[in-house]
Amino acid sequence: MRKPLNSITFMAIFFFIFAATAYAGDLDLFKDLSGTLNIAGGTAHIKCETEAIKRIMRAYPDVNITIAGGGSGVGIKQVCEGLVDIGNTGRAPTPEEISRCNLKVYKFAVDGIGVVVNPKLNTDNISKENLKKVFAGDITNWKTLGGSQGSINVYTRDAESGTRKVFWSKGLEKIKIIDKANFVPSNAAMKTAIANDPQGMGYISLGVADSSVKLLAIDGVSPSTENVKSGRYEIARGLYINTRGEPSPLAKAFISYMLSPEGQALVKKHGFLPVK
Amino acid sequence: MIAKHNKERAAKGALSLALLIAGSISAFIFFFLLYFSLPILSSGLIGEFLTRGWDPDRGVLGILPMIVGTVYIAGLAVIWVTPIGIGLAAFIQLFAPKPLGRILRWTVEFMTGIPTVVYGFAALFFLVPAMRRIFNYGTGLSVLTASVMLALLVLPTVTLIAQDGLATVPSNQVLAAFSLGASRMETFLHVVLPGAWRGLISAVVLGVGRAVGDTLIALMLAGNAVALPDSLLDSARTLTAHIALVSAADYESLSFKAIFVCGLVLFIFAGSNIVFLRLVEKLKK
Repeated sequence: MRKPLNSITFMAIFFFIFAATAYAGDLDLFKDLSGTLNIAGGTAHIKCETEAIKRIMRAYPDVNITIAGGGSGVGIKQVCEGLVDIGNTGRAPTPEEISRCNLKVYKFAVDGIGVVVNPKLNTDNISKENLKKVFAGDITNWKTLGGSQGSINVYTRDAESGTRKVFWSKGLEKIKIIDKANFVPSNAAMKTAIANDPQGMGYISLGVADSSVKLLAIDGVSPSTENVKSGRYEIARGLYINTRGEPSPLAKAFISYMLSPEGQALVKKHGFLPVK
Repeated sequence: MIAKHNKERAAKGALSLALLIAGSISAFIFFFLLYFSLPILSSGLIGEFLTRGWDPDRGVLGILPMIVGTVYIAGLAVIWVTPIGIGLAAFIQLFAPKPLGRILRWTVEFMTGIPTVVYGFAALFFLVPAMRRIFNYGTGLSVLTASVMLALLVLPTVTLIAQDGLATVPSNQVLAAFSLGASRMETFLHVVLPGAWRGLISAVVLGVGRAVGDTLIALMLAGNAVALPDSLLDSARTLTAHIALVSAADYESLSFKAIFVCGLVLFIFAGSNIVFLRLVEKLKK
C-alpha cells in the first residue's frame, strides 16, 4: 500500500517541479518589471500576441499590456509619434520609415498570405494568371474558374495594410485591383466577410485563417507552413515588431519573450513560421 | 437684491464662457481642417479632387465616389426614416392609447443608447446574408443594406424630435377639433400637421445630419468599394468610412491630406444644415 502512494507522490512532485520550471522559464524575462506596454498596428499579429500577453499578465499582474489593430500603416504611424511603445507591421518598414522614426526592427515570425474563399466552393486551386485576372476584374464569374455559375465578389484591404502591400506585389504583381472590390479593415474582418459570402474571394494572413474559410493553392502549391518555409509558396512576409529608438525594459522583455522558445512555440501554434 | 444681482452675473458669465469655449472649438476645428486641406485646395487640384475616383497607387486622388456614396446611403436612409419616424411620432402623440404610447416612447428613447457597432454587427450576420439571398446579386454589402440600418439608427432622433414638434401644438386646438367632431386622423391632418411642420422639418434635417455623420454602419455594411455605385445593390463608400480607411496613411502623403478635405466637406455640410434649420425657425414669424 505504501509503495504506489510514494511513487504517486514522487510523480506529483516531479511534475510540479517540471511544470513550474517550464512555466516560469521564458516568462522570467518579466521578473521585477511593472508598468504598461501599448501595442498597435498589424492585424495578423493580434491573435498570437494576445495569447502571449495573457500568459505574461497572468504570471505578472503588475505588468499591463494592451494591444490594438489598425493595420501596418497605423503601427508605423503610432510608434513613430510615440503614441504606442510597439508598432506591429506585416511588412518590413521602408528605409525611409526606419530613418525618419529611428525604428528598431525585430522580425519574430514569417507568415504566408493565402487566397481565401468560402468553404462551400468546390474549387481548391487557382492559377496565378487567373488570380490576377480576378482581382483585375477580367474574370468575374466562378464558372470561368471551373465552379458553378455565379459572380465573384472580390474583397481587398485598404492601401496601408501590410497584408495588401505584400499580396499586391508578390501575388498580383502590382496590377490594378478593380474599383468594385469591397474593402475590409482587418484580417479578422476579411475572415468574417469570406466566411459569410459563398461567392467571395479575398486574401488573408495564414495565421488568421481558420476552418470557417478555405485557402486556395496557387498553381498547385498549397499555402502550408512547409511550402512557405521551403519558399515554394512565394506570397509570404515577415511579421515585425518595431520600437522607436531602443525599446523600454518592458518592450525589450516582450520582444525577447516573442523570440524565446516559448514565444516561438506560440508563433508556430498560430500558423506562422518561427524565425529561430 | 445685490446678492441676487451678483448671482445672475455669475451665471451669465459662466454661460458666456461655455458658449465661448464651444464656439471657439468649432472654429478651431474648421480652421484646422482648412489649414491641412490647403495643399490640395491651393494646388488647383480641387476640381479634379471633387470629380475623380480614388486610386492612390497611381497618384489619382479624387473623392467623387465617396461624395456620391454618402448622398446615396444617407439620402436613402432619410427616405426610409422620414415617413416611419414621423408616423411613429404621430402614433405616440395622438393615436396610441396612453400606456402603449408611453411604452413606445420609452423604447425609442432606449434605442438612442444602442451603440452603432451593435447594429452593424447584428446586420452583418442577419441582414447582409438575407439581402444577398433576396436579390441574388452581389455580396449583400450594399448601399441598400447600409441605408436600411442607417435608417434604424436615425429613427430615434427623428421620432423624438418630431414628437416634440407635434407636442407644441396647443392642446386646446386639438381638443377644439375633437369637440367639433373631427376624427383623430382629421385632427392630425388639419390641425396638428399645419401647426407642427417646422418641428417635423427640424426632425428630418437633424436626421440627415446624423445619417451623413455616421461612420460605422457604412464602414461595416456598405462594402466600401471606390467605384461609383451603378445600383442600390452595389458596394459603395461614404466620406466618413473613407476617412476611417485612409487615416492609416503616412502623415506626409497626399492621401492623408485628402482626409482633411473630406472632413472639410462634411463640416461645411453640417454647417449648412444648421443654417437651414435657423432659416426654417425664422419662418415662424
